[in-house]
Amino acid sequence: MIEIKNLTKRYGNKMAVDNVSFTVNKGEILGFLGPNGAGKSTTMNILTGYLSATEGQAIIDGFDILENPTEAKKKIGYLPEQPPLYVDMTVDEYLDFMYDLKRVKVGASKKTHISEICSLVKISHVRKRLIRNLSKGYKQRVGIAQALLGNPEVLILDEPTVGLDPKQIIEIRTLIKSLSESHTVILSSHILPEIQAVCDRVIVINQGKLVADDTESNLSNKLSDDIRYTIRIDGPEKDVLSMLRSIPAMTEVQALGMREPGVYEYNIEAEKGFDIRREVFKRAAGRNWPIMGLKSSELTLEDIFLQLTEGRMDDTVLVAPVNVEEPETEPVEKADSEEKDGGDEE
Amino acid sequence: MSAILRREFATYFRAPLGYIYLAIFYFFGGQFFSSVLYSMTNDISIIFSSMFSIMLFTIPLLTMRLMSEDKRLKTDQALLTAPVSLNGIVWGKFLAAFALFGIGIAITVIYFLILSAMASPQWNIFFGNLLGIILLGAALISIGMFISSLTESQMIAAIGGFAAMFFIFLIDSIASLIPISWLGDAIKQLSFTTRYNDFTSGILDFTHILFFLSVVVIFNFLTVRILERKRWS
Repeated sequence: MIEIKNLTKRYGNKMAVDNVSFTVNKGEILGFLGPNGAGKSTTMNILTGYLSATEGQAIIDGFDILENPTEAKKKIGYLPEQPPLYVDMTVDEYLDFMYDLKRVKVGASKKTHISEICSLVKISHVRKRLIRNLSKGYKQRVGIAQALLGNPEVLILDEPTVGLDPKQIIEIRTLIKSLSESHTVILSSHILPEIQAVCDRVIVINQGKLVADDTESNLSNKLSDDIRYTIRIDGPEKDVLSMLRSIPAMTEVQALGMREPGVYEYNIEAEKGFDIRREVFKRAAGRNWPIMGLKSSELTLEDIFLQLTEGRMDDTVLVAPVNVEEPETEPVEKADSEEKDGGDEE
Repeated sequence: MSAILRREFATYFRAPLGYIYLAIFYFFGGQFFSSVLYSMTNDISIIFSSMFSIMLFTIPLLTMRLMSEDKRLKTDQALLTAPVSLNGIVWGKFLAAFALFGIGIAITVIYFLILSAMASPQWNIFFGNLLGIILLGAALISIGMFISSLTESQMIAAIGGFAAMFFIFLIDSIASLIPISWLGDAIKQLSFTTRYNDFTSGILDFTHILFFLSVVVIFNFLTVRILERKRWS
């Protein structure tokens, strides 16, 4: 549905987007994750035809956004970072204008279509009000309503829940989820739980470069070479530490301090493929130290994000093998063979 | 394009700007018309020739907001990501300003009818004048809109617009000050005043029509380029 090939955007000497390629399949919700200034909005602006790429291609449903902008733009509903609202218009006037501007063609009449969308994003009761006088949350909803006009096949939402209260955020997330049945959605955010809650697939970009492209669970599996547990043992801290360190497969032991009277907590990490739990239990039982708690600490999206963006995984590109369809956009091979080249080429 | 035209036109009347423009225009129009009446003539071209300087001060009011406001509010993102061409955006806005301008000069039709009731109507002079002011207005609007596309601020667009209009007003004097005769002559060719005065004195010169139309096309084209440039920068 959406195909991005070697997209590059340069502002003078600054690389805003650096050779990014990915595809989004029909009906998928793609999360676009990255710290501020990573190039999320730039990529979205290129996708929607607001900016032109320095190099590379963006293809929406077979139409190149540069060569066939009118057709490509008809497929897209776009909510930019700052919703493009004419604040001197009422909500009704504005949606009416956007309907005409987008040359919407839907089965229903203009009036019913706009009413449907208004009730979908719950702005029906403010339709007669000036946009200027609406709260930020409502302005954001009007922005979303505008993107939904004409039921475009592709929805590109740049931080759609900014400025909403927690209840509204949940509503909008549910709305986006429900929209994915008939739309392809790209959603950018720097709020990790949001991506976690809504998206099928996550793309992480940092300093203009694609650093990961996979499902959330695959990402956390790939990144955690070691299996980590947090364990609580009732016993003298020193002795427990030396006991834990004496286990051969153990790679790291870290004392976290006393949590209950006499009970200390530790972080332990073992080699991959080695289940440390049995060994720990046996040894603790032998010394008569009760294990008060044991839980695996899997990487959350937050950890993944920090690892990927803080340079720990500098040269690694994590890409799911699922979206390899054509040889030229084969990101997996690229990731493996050109890891080092990527940085030098530019 | 028509959606943009309708929105921009309606916007003039959402804020007082459109009313202020028309009030100023009608005030001076009435002033000039009364002088026609006092001098007991049926020569309506006095109104048109006096209108020239009034237009230089009022056209920037029409155009200052056109492009700059979209940049400031980031609503250009809605326009540029909609299935509309850049030409459609620019000409839509141009025509909106032109339509309001048209409502302004339409008052001269009433003046003409009043004069016709009292003396024999000079149809060809009136239509020559009307054509002249329409062309002049279109040219000034496209220049003002171009200046508006260069900035995010309405105020700067207005001041820039006034400066450009002032320059147009002075082209003749500048040309006469230049000692190199061919250069002076070349600059004189750009004079809006001379060309417009030909219309008001009853001369219908095809090159004048072509000149004003070219100005419109060139400056609207430049405005499109400015929008285009923003995408590539």
